[in-house]
Amino acid sequence: MTDLSVTTPKDWATDQEVRWCPGCGDYSILTAMRMLMPDLGVRREDTVFVSGIGCAARFPYYMNTYGVHGIHGRAPAIATGLALARPDLHIWVVGGDGDMLSIGGNHLIHALRRNVNLKILMFNNMIYGLTKGQYSPTSEVGKVTKSTPMGSIDQPFNPLSLAIGAEATFVARTHDMDREHMMAMFRQAHAHKGAAFVEVLQNCNVFNDGAWETITKKAARDEMLIRLEHGKSIRFGVDNEKGVVVGGDGQARIVEVADVGEAAILVHDEHRDDPALAFMLSRLSSSPFTPTPVGVFRNVQRTEYAEAVSGQLAAAQAKSGPGDLGALLRSGPTWTVE
Amino acid sequence: MQLTGDRFTSVSAQYGNDLATLPEYPAEIRAPAGTLAGVSAFQVQLSDHDITTPGDAPNVLVAMNPAALKASLSVLEAGGTLIVNEDTFDDRNLAKAGYATSPLEDDSLRGYNLYRVPMTRITKEVCAVLGVKPRDADRSKNFFALGLISWMYTRPVQPTIDWISSRFRNNELVCTANTAAFKAGHAFGETAELFDFIYEIKPARLAPGTYTNISGNTALSWGLVAAGQLAKLPLFLGSYPITPASDILHELSKLKQFGVRTFQAEDEIAAAGSAVGAAYGGHIGLTTTSGPGVALKGETIGLAVSLELPMVVIDIQRGGPSTGLPTKTEQADLLMAMYGRHGESPLPIVAAYSSSQCFDAAIEAVRIAVKYRTPVMLLSDGYLANGTEPWKLPDLDSLPDISVSFATEPNHVNEDGVASFWPYLRDENLARPWAVPGTPGLMHRIGGIEKEDGTGNISYDPANHEFMVRMRAERIARIADDIPEVEVEGDLDADVLVIGWGSTWGAIGTACARVRAEGGKVANAHLTHLNPFARNLGEILRSFKTVLVPEMNLGQLSRLIRAEYLVDAQSISKIMGQPFTAAELAEHVRGALA
Ligand code: SF4
Repeated sequence: MTDLSVTTPKDWATDQEVRWCPGCGDYSILTAMRMLMPDLGVRREDTVFVSGIGCAARFPYYMNTYGVHGIHGRAPAIATGLALARPDLHIWVVGGDGDMLSIGGNHLIHALRRNVNLKILMFNNMIYGLTKGQYSPTSEVGKVTKSTPMGSIDQPFNPLSLAIGAEATFVARTHDMDREHMMAMFRQAHAHKGAAFVEVLQNCNVFNDGAWETITKKAARDEMLIRLEHGKSIRFGVDNEKGVVVGGDGQARIVEVADVGEAAILVHDEHRDDPALAFMLSRLSSSPFTPTPVGVFRNVQRTEYAEAVSGQLAAAQAKSGPGDLGALLRSGPTWTVE
Repeated sequence: MQLTGDRFTSVSAQYGNDLATLPEYPAEIRAPAGTLAGVSAFQVQLSDHDITTPGDAPNVLVAMNPAALKASLSVLEAGGTLIVNEDTFDDRNLAKAGYATSPLEDDSLRGYNLYRVPMTRITKEVCAVLGVKPRDADRSKNFFALGLISWMYTRPVQPTIDWISSRFRNNELVCTANTAAFKAGHAFGETAELFDFIYEIKPARLAPGTYTNISGNTALSWGLVAAGQLAKLPLFLGSYPITPASDILHELSKLKQFGVRTFQAEDEIAAAGSAVGAAYGGHIGLTTTSGPGVALKGETIGLAVSLELPMVVIDIQRGGPSTGLPTKTEQADLLMAMYGRHGESPLPIVAAYSSSQCFDAAIEAVRIAVKYRTPVMLLSDGYLANGTEPWKLPDLDSLPDISVSFATEPNHVNEDGVASFWPYLRDENLARPWAVPGTPGLMHRIGGIEKEDGTGNISYDPANHEFMVRMRAERIARIADDIPEVEVEGDLDADVLVIGWGSTWGAIGTACARVRAEGGKVANAHLTHLNPFARNLGEILRSFKTVLVPEMNLGQLSRLIRAEYLVDAQSISKIMGQPFTAAELAEHVRGALA
């Protein structure tokens, strides 16, 4: 018998034509996912992709797994029901910044705080693509779009600050220009037991082209991306000359290593129970204009939700035996008419 | 008041009376006592024969304060017995209730048999002896009233005393005070010789069997549990708290030993979404709510229509629109159930007609959902949900087998000879296969975008869309072959047919029987399925000259009937947050006969 878990990237592709705009960052994310899957040793039939609406939400159609393309914003809710019903499955939730943070913001934060075993990937292109170019909840103030001809006046969300504030147990950021890094983040998300939130900085080359380029293009990465690695001091720059420290005022800030000495540089601990430090790192930047951390911000263990639900079911059965319908119907006062 | 009402009902049920109840309570949790808004009432009809309504005009009214008197006096029958707690008729309470002068003094109650009972004073006296503080004793006066009424109706005393000890076992003082007040009330009836009569209602001649007294929400919850066992599938309930549906969430949350998963979602939308997700995973996806919640779930129900997944949406209707009358009953969500979604999105609608029948209605809704892979709307209402009646427990072996099979094999061979799975190939019922994740070889993607017939791939083809729209409609329409025909009661050769749905069943049946007993000719029928309609409905409607449709809305079923059958169905409306009384309906029938 063939081992169904031994696959190649091709096995994870469907026969459906991929319909993103040519050059869209979603392609490279899809490739990273298809390449990662055989490594994970899971079966296609035990894997489900659930999405909402938007460009990113077409993702399930292109993965040869089970999949639900749901409704706008509701993917985390649909996926939560599936995860509770079927804790045996590996469930990925895919959506964009509008889907996850605007119309579906409520479902996202509740899935995170409950720690449902969902791997939630949010492709952040800071724009509405499918509806053709309105500003999104991550668009910067001043952004001129079809619906903001005089510039956006909305304060954007910092997605990772939001996720950490929502009690998420796993929070990471990666970007569509670095397949290896994406695969590493997705792999760790998969390995995490509980809700995992991964922001993928993604280029919408039609409506917001080059929005992340200032930090994600190869030439800029050393200067502009701060790679977080567990157990290592947080340093970046062409010669690793910059680093992150926490000052006496409790603020995280970027410094020249030479100015403070190596020993002063913060050593990243993704397992810290207290989310304050991860939050502080998330505040360093979430825009393409200043050095931005990527990697795993937070990765801690807490009871997984479906397991807790199943646990209560098992406890109830252990206590009173499997449900007896006849006894249930007689559980109130009864009387007999002859 | 609800607690003492429940207790009186319970002891009467065990005694063997047939009964029906109508609890009424304010929407506010702590509505100011003594004001009209704060009145909590409980109406019960007891009978020595089979009854189906809480009664029209009660024979006896107990008013615990002036506000209660003002709120409820109008329902008391002319010449009825009126018992008041005279201690509460002071200036302050009279003013709060809006009385300029005390009705006990000004002769305005002369049309009734008025009994003034110092309930508060006696309760405090007996409690003082036991060392209960006057303020705490005041809370026990409802038990005095319960004792008094128990005496009037010759109810056995011991079951209630036992119940008080168990209910208040954690607070000895309250337990003692309530017991003392209850006994004092009973003794008062016995010794005060105020009352000219006592009611002796013999046990009703109900069909042999084991009975329990049950509310609609409990019956519905148990029906869902039964349906899960009959379908051999686990239940998943996604729900968000809302009056008057929350008790189903509470009840099912207690039944984890049956493998029932309950999920209190962050909102109504997530509740529905989680049910769809669970259905995709092979569970029976349920969501319970009331009108405003159905509106929020509309988009998700549309998704379930498109995904063709089994799901049951349970709407315990209440007065609307908006927050409306959350604790009062209404039937005004029928057209929303029928049409309240975007696009052509038909779904089957099942309606419960009595509190205990909610059990069967729940099984029927699940049966249709799993067999036809469709969301089903199950309608109940506040009156059925909270009202109780004796229920003859069903023989479990007589319940239907509603199990279905998941797809396990590919169902199609591609041109290249390779076996594949097409998620939108249909069976003889036009239902698509239910292939759950974890099944090797059947991986498939489904979504809300229009799908190609058969393959289920995304399709924007115009002809395919029309085909799929018609196919979804036809699939639901054909369920008419699989539901019971409508049965007509009474005079088949009458000119007048009274037809209803949902909780008007008791009042319609009683009213028509009353008119027939007077010699009038009338037929009545009740619909359990609102979409599709039973096959024989058109024929029945056309065989009567006059069709009357009583509904607690502005005429929703009557509209559907007129549209579907071109029959001049006449609407009888009542939108007061209260069920029809049989007397009101009998009057309408007499009018139509004249
Ligand atoms: S609109 Fe933008 S995000 Fe959408 S597919 Fe095209 S490039 Fe990608």
